[in-house]
Amino acid sequence: MVWRPRLVAVDVGLLVLVFLLVCLNVGQGDYPISVPDTAKVILGGGNDAERFIVWDLRLPRSVVGLLVGAGFAMSGAIWQSITRNPLASPDLLGITAGASAGAVAVIVFGGAAFLGTTIGVPAAAMAGGLVTGVVIYLLAWRRGIEGFRLVLIGVAVNGILLALTNWMLVIGEIWDAQEATVWLNGSLNGRGWGDAVPAAIALGAIGTVALASTFQLSALKLGDDTARALGVRVQLSQSVLLIASVLLAAMCVTAAGPIGFIAFVAPQVALRIARTPGPPLLASALTGAALVVGSDYVARVLLPVELPVGIVTTAIGGPFLMYLIIRTNRRLSR
Amino acid sequence: MSEHQITAEDLVLAYGDRVVADGLTTEIPAGKVTTIIGPNGCGKSTFLRAVARLLKPRSGRVLLDGKAITSMRTREVAKVLGMLPQSPTAPEGLTVADLVAKGRHPHQSWLRQWSSDDETEVDAALRLTGMQELAARPVDELSGGQRQRVWISMALAQETDILLLDEPTTYLDLAHQVEVLDLVDKLHADLQRTVVMVLHDLNLAVRYSDHLIVMREGRIVTSGPPDELITAELLRDVFGLDSQVLVDPVSGRPMIVPIGVRRSAPTVQH
Repeated sequence: MVWRPRLVAVDVGLLVLVFLLVCLNVGQGDYPISVPDTAKVILGGGNDAERFIVWDLRLPRSVVGLLVGAGFAMSGAIWQSITRNPLASPDLLGITAGASAGAVAVIVFGGAAFLGTTIGVPAAAMAGGLVTGVVIYLLAWRRGIEGFRLVLIGVAVNGILLALTNWMLVIGEIWDAQEATVWLNGSLNGRGWGDAVPAAIALGAIGTVALASTFQLSALKLGDDTARALGVRVQLSQSVLLIASVLLAAMCVTAAGPIGFIAFVAPQVALRIARTPGPPLLASALTGAALVVGSDYVARVLLPVELPVGIVTTAIGGPFLMYLIIRTNRRLSR
Repeated sequence: MSEHQITAEDLVLAYGDRVVADGLTTEIPAGKVTTIIGPNGCGKSTFLRAVARLLKPRSGRVLLDGKAITSMRTREVAKVLGMLPQSPTAPEGLTVADLVAKGRHPHQSWLRQWSSDDETEVDAALRLTGMQELAARPVDELSGGQRQRVWISMALAQETDILLLDEPTTYLDLAHQVEVLDLVDKLHADLQRTVVMVLHDLNLAVRYSDHLIVMREGRIVTSGPPDELITAELLRDVFGLDSQVLVDPVSGRPMIVPIGVRRSAPTVQH
């Protein structure tokens, strides 16, 4: 709304960082390519072999990673802005757990049927996320949405869904349970363009709706009554934004599993870097992308054993947020 | 004079199944300061919320220039009518300038988010409330009185002819209450805005209003200029308060002196 040079600088900086992290991540493997060479190939140069390795083999994984990071982060930024509560993010409220429960149900009960994995899992994840979103919204609605009440209900719903998912893993076939567990940790293993393209289209479409709503979002942050007094159709804008946010989270769960903590941490990190009062949508998305791609690099290259990316994002995201909060408090109290 | 007119027509207001106010019919005089008074829980804030279209009436209508306010585009209403809700809270870290700038929201669109008009109005609002120096400070770091002035600045930047204030003096000490009400008076005197507010302090309501609406148990008991309205009898009937009504030596208007259980005689006794 008001011209914020710092926010623009942060957006540009993050964009460069995401690009560099993608180059770094893509360059690593059995046939290493340096960061400048990788950048050259991504921007259209390089020889045939390099192009094959970068474009066909390695890039899709990083692209899925950055899309998923951006999607989760945007989803979290929207929930946190509307409820004015940093704890209200889709991973803590049970929305990603709902999407996961849906997906696991199909993996465990749907067997290995072709339809089950290519259409059934995404559809079930979408349905699970949306149903959970609607349920907590309705349970928390009392003449408007109040952040604290929503968080309490969301945490309870989250617990129920995690229990349900565990139950399915226990009663399911061991192979299905194994597949589901890897996926539940949030993994980018073996992701190809077949995963990246649909995710890009979906995230692009929903993300555009969300970015277009930032104008309304800036008024919604002042609370329902003030927003209404300023001529915002609160119920409508909230519904559109929350549905977009739930769809984003469900899409991301479909593409890479419920990668932990990104939706919660990325917006909070972004608002502290950009020093804005609420989570800035674009900067949050870029922060999320950087966190996931960076974590994937750590998970694949720096650790002795290759881990699912979700374990690393949780391990990195938590302490980093704590660091930022402590540093901000110090600055304020000085 | 403000050219916009608000009328309430047989309003029935309810939260869920609980009817809070019934049969509210009244006309708000344009270009004047109107205050709604009444005991706690009489429905005065609810009434103001309905006038501001924050609450949809169960039946009856609020008319803005003869048109039902709920049938108008809410953005168009927001250009004519501004509302300051009861004890609003700003997001942590939001600066004074940013909050006041939000008042321009109804005049902007996604494509045209900030213009020199907006700049001018925000500056003017900050100057009027004396908040220019604090423009860069976060709202949550300010004192109660300053914070209230910032919110009023936001409502001013909205540039509406009609301004609704729900208990603008809550949590303020007497000096700051007077300061906020002096500001309201200035809006009315200098800018000819129509102001409708809810106040708890009866003496301040009398002092700063041209028109009073007295409510009790969800109904309007009476309305009119304070001089004619305020009597010991009315205060007993509406508030259950025994009092003497004297003439305020400063304003010449009625002044209410409550008679409680504990009182001192005219001469001090030891």
